[in-house]
Amino acid sequence: MEATSEKLSIDKKQLLSGLRVAASRIPLLAWFLGGLVAVALEQFIGNPFARGIGLPKVPVLFGFVIMLKKPFLIPSAVLYVVLIYLLPVAVVARLTAASMNRLAAKLLDLKMFLSVILHLLLFYAVLHIWAEMSDYRVLVLKLMLIAVMLTLSLNIINGYMGEFSCSHPGFMALGAYSASVFTVWLFADDRLFGPALLPPAIGPFLFPIALLVGGLVAAVGALAVAVPSFRTRGDYLAIISLAFMFIVKSLIENLEVVGGPRGLGNQPDWANLPVVFATTAICIWIINNFVRSTMGKALNAVRDNEMAADAMTVDTRKTKILAFLFGAFWAGVAGGLFAHVLRYVNPGTFGIQKLAEVLAMVYFGGLNSVYGSIVGACGISLLGEALRPLELYKWIIIPLLLILVMIFRPTGLIAFKEFDVKKLVQPKKMAD
Amino acid sequence: MSLLRVEKMTHYFGGLRAVHNYELAIEPGQVRGLIGPNGAGKTTIFNLITGIYQPTEGKIMLDGTELNGRAPHVIASLGIGRTFQNMLLWRHMTVLEHVKMARYSKLTYGLAGAFFGTARRYQQEAESEEIALRLLKMMGVEQVADQIVLNLPYGAQRRVEMARALAMEPKVLFLDEPTAGMNPEELLQMMDIIRQIHGELGMAIFLIEHRMRVVMELCQKIQTLVFGEVIAEGTPEEIQNNPKVIDAYLGKEVVQ
Repeated sequence: MEATSEKLSIDKKQLLSGLRVAASRIPLLAWFLGGLVAVALEQFIGNPFARGIGLPKVPVLFGFVIMLKKPFLIPSAVLYVVLIYLLPVAVVARLTAASMNRLAAKLLDLKMFLSVILHLLLFYAVLHIWAEMSDYRVLVLKLMLIAVMLTLSLNIINGYMGEFSCSHPGFMALGAYSASVFTVWLFADDRLFGPALLPPAIGPFLFPIALLVGGLVAAVGALAVAVPSFRTRGDYLAIISLAFMFIVKSLIENLEVVGGPRGLGNQPDWANLPVVFATTAICIWIINNFVRSTMGKALNAVRDNEMAADAMTVDTRKTKILAFLFGAFWAGVAGGLFAHVLRYVNPGTFGIQKLAEVLAMVYFGGLNSVYGSIVGACGISLLGEALRPLELYKWIIIPLLLILVMIFRPTGLIAFKEFDVKKLVQPKKMAD
Repeated sequence: MSLLRVEKMTHYFGGLRAVHNYELAIEPGQVRGLIGPNGAGKTTIFNLITGIYQPTEGKIMLDGTELNGRAPHVIASLGIGRTFQNMLLWRHMTVLEHVKMARYSKLTYGLAGAFFGTARRYQQEAESEEIALRLLKMMGVEQVADQIVLNLPYGAQRRVEMARALAMEPKVLFLDEPTAGMNPEELLQMMDIIRQIHGELGMAIFLIEHRMRVVMELCQKIQTLVFGEVIAEGTPEEIQNNPKVIDAYLGKEVVQ
């Protein structure tokens, strides 16, 4: 009996390592192609297939919600996920691995930029087709991408720079409100701001400027925190930044011009999926560029030992303030997008709960790592949506998970790992 | 004219006079030593010259530029490189990143380069990587360039710190007890490295050391510091035979 179970576990181990080796030879392009086939399959036969195996409709979030709501449907939901997603992805990825490897190599030889663009387009196509099945998916996806930006921008301050800043919801609120005021005032007929000043047709082209305005206003707000508080370190910055968050919140609550506590609505519907996706991609690209340069690495030097950084010609004060403003800028941009995705903001959104959410994403995913931020933001947002049927118990399970991560991986799931785009898009080596 | 000149430098920590009327003149290419019992104020003098503390009185000149009142990173980029007694390394960074970091003030690609990855940035980063690798090779630690520095043995960490200080291309190199905690074999290697830096780069070196053998063999001129005051200055032979120095180190002979 024991012998067989031992043998079984050995077999399992071999199977797992075999799978890992097989997966390591498949380039990203092939995975995306597999994803494309899977989502196309769902588009065409998803509904009839789901009904055929007893599901009420296509499971929106990989069946998690259905499984929790109606436990007796678990086998059907699992079957659906395996047959519609896992199997097609695995088969297509495996079959096209060789040709995609050649293509990736050719693209990389030609120009890395082209290769990255092709990857992004393919990835976007997968997401777009997947999201087309329901509005709920579109919203979840948009909020998830915004959470990625927010987490990444907070990781600059809390992870790369090693300070503990709590003012991120404040920066987000500044960005959300200033971008909203910009678009509503200029392009929308509104109760608060009167008729549109410019023809709404040119609006979508000026939307990047609205986001930029949001980011810059947030950065100016950050300067107000940074200048007094960077004379101190550690706990003091945490307290000052927390105070800043509350100041921003109550400031907006008392500003009747932007609607006060009732909030501000009527934002034009410009933050569609491609816009959010592109902004997130640009955000990741710029932040990753920054943290991999010597100027960005200076943040790590300041965090690990400020005296040594100073002695090695690093202007520590400038470095810290710059990183703080940079992080706040992207929080502002994320806030601007957030306001235009929901098309309504109120000051209550940007409170302590938002802060807890972002901090959880940063520390869950991993400090000092772009990968970590992406994983943390997607993980926590997906988990939050998937566990929604549990209602109150959701707020027991997610924190519990966080505690476990903190115990077993104190710096987060994927901490201190460089995000090397070239490694991602390059062909994987074939069987040797 | 001397390369580094300190005139009548005095420093108080509250009511405690840590350094009193300290004078120093380092010529280009000279190796100077600073010895003294524990707590004499040697590291304080390093910290005063490199700007970590501001001297209460006195004037510090490097190559015609006054250093008083300047921030530590400015003084460093003007040409004073240093290592620390207790090795201040960055615990999450690799060896290569350490050495490249010291090129910070030489980079001119600015924020645009950092954010958008311009051609200029990649060219400058490649340049500083080349310099860093050359220095790591000189220190004999180039094969661990991609490792996290805290995983290295003690002696190798010391070398990385030295390479980092050299990457700034300083005019004067300050070494704060470079052989602290080393065994005799590592000590000999470290002395060879210091000789090599002096020989190949012709750099002026200012050295704090506890081990007499190191100072006596390496330095051309030595100062002895006791309670913040220089009690003797001269060549190694002069210092070795100076009765005041012997008193300070061994105590006075008590005749019964």
